[in-house]
Amino acid sequence: MNATLETGAQSFVLLRLGDRQFALPAERIAELVPASRVFHFPHHTPQLEGVILRRGRIVPVCDVSETLTGRRMSSRRLYLLALRHYAAGLETVAIPVTGECELITTEMTAAEGEHPPHVQGWLSNAGNVIEVLQLDHLIPGPELPATADGAALAREVRP
Amino acid sequence: MNFASQPAAKGRVIRPEQMILFRIGSQLFAISASVVQEIRSADSIGSAAADIQQPGLRKVRSLVRRGRRTLYIVHGGTLFGLPPSQAALVFLFRNRRAALLVDAIDRMAAITRLQAVPQSFCHEERNWYRGFVAMENSVIPVVNPDGLLLAQEIAQLDAAAETASAENAAADPIGGENEFPESGIPEDAAREYSAENADGRNPA
Repeated sequence: MNATLETGAQSFVLLRLGDRQFALPAERIAELVPASRVFHFPHHTPQLEGVILRRGRIVPVCDVSETLTGRRMSSRRLYLLALRHYAAGLETVAIPVTGECELITTEMTAAEGEHPPHVQGWLSNAGNVIEVLQLDHLIPGPELPATADGAALAREVRP
Repeated sequence: MNFASQPAAKGRVIRPEQMILFRIGSQLFAISASVVQEIRSADSIGSAAADIQQPGLRKVRSLVRRGRRTLYIVHGGTLFGLPPSQAALVFLFRNRRAALLVDAIDRMAAITRLQAVPQSFCHEERNWYRGFVAMENSVIPVVNPDGLLLAQEIAQLDAAAETASAENAAADPIGGENEFPESGIPEDAAREYSAENADGRNPA
């Protein structure tokens, strides 16, 4: 059983992946941009498709739909540019999303007990219970091998 | 996993650096011209190259001996997991034991801004690349010559080469080993190409 912690109202961005909705803390969102060309090159990090260019900066594209929904998105309209913590600081990652995002302010129930590491809590919105994502456990990094979730994530992206 | 040391490259502005842009299959890569000592045709090296088989290191299929040094030729297509293509050139690097087999040189370019490999890329690519350059509405990975073969891989290959050499000597006691001469080599192709073709464009 999960204890409900009164954490106070916070701002969250609701994002849609296929027919499911997820939330991210608003302070971890940089911007929402139209989908643009993804540049591919050889690499071995599953989940990462390649990079996009945003204002001259290289931003990795990380499709989290398969991890979160069990299947890859067939269409994408926007990239949510989110901030992931690394030892060296914050880094921007582009997350493809299906549609418009929504900013809400509500309270989060912190996750306790058994739950995937990328879930930091839940919130309620319009009658739905929505997972609040923990990006540092969702986006790969040196301290988080991207293959941790097994074969489903082991797809290599090739140009 | 150990990663080869990479120069800090987080979006810093650097002095213009001459890059050789080359292709393996349809993929474009860049490498600093300053680390390339020679560019030879694969045919010219082929006669002096010896085969080497090392389980787990499919990317290296041949070696050449230059004086007292053994150079291992890394097949770029295999290293990067690219579809088979027509490899025609070998990059020989300064003071390094690895050489790189590629398809073709695309052009030279001067870059002023090298962007670091994002932290979310967390596997072998951190060894392979020094960073990325944004150039003409494209993003090109810059190959790190020190990441083509790691120290433990060179040690493995040295051991395999020594064993093969001893076996060859036992089988053919009067035969000599092929050696790839350092004398009589063509002009330093990278620099020559640089002088003729560098356009000095700022890609950033």
